[in-house]
Amino acid sequence: VNGCGKASFSSCNPKVCIVGSGPAGFYTAQHLIKARPDVEVDIFERLPIPFGLVRFGVAPDHPEVKNVINTFTQTAKHPRCNFYGHVNVGKDVSIEELRQAYHAVVLSYGAEGNRRMGVPGEDLTGVYSAKDFVGWYNGLPSCQELSPDLSCETAVILGQGNVALDVARVLLSPIDILKSTDITQPALEALAKSQVQRVLIVGRRGPMQVACTIKELREMVNLPGTRPEMVAADFDGVTAALKDLPRPRKRLTELMLKAALENPGEKEQERRNKASRIWGLRFFRSPIEVLADPNHSRTAGIRLAVNRLEGSGEGACAVLTGEVEDVTCGLVISSIGYKSLPIDPLVPFEPRKAIVPNTMGRVHQATGLYCSGWLKTGPTGVIATTMNNSFDTARSLVEDMNSGNLDVSSAKPGSQIVSALLEKRGVKPVTFSDWEKIDNVEMRRGEAKGKPREKILTVDEMLQVARA
Amino acid sequence: AEDSDRLVLSDKVTVHFINRDGEKITVKGSPGDTLLDVHILFTLCGVGACEGTLACSTCHLIFDDEVYKKLGRVTDEEMDMLDLAYGLTETSRLGCQICLTKSLEGMVARVPESITDLRQSKDESA
Ligand SMILES: Cc1cc2nc3c(=O)[nH]c(=O)nc-3n(C[C@H](O)[C@H](O)[C@H](O)COP(=O)(O)OP(=O)(O)OC[C@H]3O[C@@H](n4cnc5c(N)ncnc54)[C@H](O)[C@@H]3O)c2cc1C
Ligand code: FES
Repeated sequence: VNGCGKASFSSCNPKVCIVGSGPAGFYTAQHLIKARPDVEVDIFERLPIPFGLVRFGVAPDHPEVKNVINTFTQTAKHPRCNFYGHVNVGKDVSIEELRQAYHAVVLSYGAEGNRRMGVPGEDLTGVYSAKDFVGWYNGLPSCQELSPDLSCETAVILGQGNVALDVARVLLSPIDILKSTDITQPALEALAKSQVQRVLIVGRRGPMQVACTIKELREMVNLPGTRPEMVAADFDGVTAALKDLPRPRKRLTELMLKAALENPGEKEQERRNKASRIWGLRFFRSPIEVLADPNHSRTAGIRLAVNRLEGSGEGACAVLTGEVEDVTCGLVISSIGYKSLPIDPLVPFEPRKAIVPNTMGRVHQATGLYCSGWLKTGPTGVIATTMNNSFDTARSLVEDMNSGNLDVSSAKPGSQIVSALLEKRGVKPVTFSDWEKIDNVEMRRGEAKGKPREKILTVDEMLQVARA
Repeated sequence: AEDSDRLVLSDKVTVHFINRDGEKITVKGSPGDTLLDVHILFTLCGVGACEGTLACSTCHLIFDDEVYKKLGRVTDEEMDMLDLAYGLTETSRLGCQICLTKSLEGMVARVPESITDLRQSKDESA
């Protein structure tokens, strides 16, 4: 067995490298470590801090969702797992170098690109992608310059998925609710001064095709200080179609109908009368142009094409009717999807679906290369979905090790060689215990304000604290 | 020996879990424990991701009709999360929301099979 037992290599155990430390990275690592008592896992992460969208995506008022961090922390602290933060794979170290150093490389770097609307006016002041807006209020360092202008009355969100509802909720929540979350201080201050009173959440198709889940819709329905404002005609025929729907879609549609059409009871009516803020779903509309104010400097409205549906159910298509409608608004947030980006010309990439082509997590035409998470499936589903698909990838990998399809008989240098490469290139990784220093400082700063944490907003300060 | 064990541990409730691969596991829990608390294998297979806070649906379990009826009313919030679970049935519940009582002695809870290839994303997060 060549190389095995030589002093230069720490062991002849199978060595796996994981790129990205979101849920996909951690769940893949967790399963690998449990399934094989010998496997060693190194996780490389571009940011100095772990957890991906659990920290930078999940809404600040969903702290329960972030409990997964406890399990990830256990995995990170496992003796056969190591975390290397502040290492940009593709730039600081290449995929080829990682493939040389490890028996297998798992790509789980998520979906950090943004789908553009592709309409005139998209670059006007007052138009933001949901990805950047979410990154801004959640403290993603690259989004801190956004400082969105919230001085208008009406905001239009394009897209009706959970991210769209997260953004609507954050825009409309009473500031007292946000105050005790881990939302960033600058975002909290901006939202406290916000003039936004009305948020319209616009979809291409109809009520039976919305992409959000019922939990998020119920949160909207129950959001203190707000009332729904819908267009009754959008729901024509919906009640009649209810009985044939599968339970999840049926309950979601019923809740929407209730908010849209039902006469509220006395208590609910009273609540609505007192509400000063409005939310509404708008259907059968696609953006065709963001309209500028007379000075052409900022957003004054949005022109929407009116659609009708062809077909029914989840597969129904929106078809243009030729009609258009203008809506006055000073803020447009496009929430039409995240998308993965290629990391290296040598790694296969499917540009149309924006995923790495794979079968059960095995990257096509690349032995020893695997993928998991949003990079594998596209940017849909909740953390539990990501967990399942990451376990599947880990299972494929273990199967390949056990069957011999993946050769793990020769020793590989793993992090030893990568650490040397990084040092030569002046890159100093952040370890998991470095992250715990950041974590402690953030929690301490938060405590003073009654928040779970006050996030550090720049990479420089994160590094400073980590290395203090 | 079984019987005398029962007498000694008379304040405990016995629960049988049938795992994904059909394997049966028997555990004992105290009244008031949730099914999430008592399933020893849960953390190993990623069940209980949100630690019982009704935010993940990974603790999905399936029951027989008679047991299901004994489990009591389901809140809207639990239904909402259940609607996201794979392999949802009419007698599905979330394990973290079910507290053991003496009347559930001997009950069987089935962990749903994961049906990787047929799996569809039930929602679009974006
Ligand atoms: C706004 C928003 C809100 C959400 N809210 C919820 C919710 O409430 N509940 C829920 O269950 N799910 C929610 N989700 C879904 C959940 O976040 C995803 O299912 C999950 O994060 C996907 O995991 P991932 O690991 O594939 O990607 P990510 O979480 O994006 O992780 C990818 C990681 O890779 C790193 N990376 C990127 N490029 C490189 C590189 N070149 N080198 C090294 N590292 C790199 C990134 O920094 C990141 O840490 C939400 C998603 C979004 C976008
Ligand atoms: S453990 Fe998350 S819903 Fe039960």
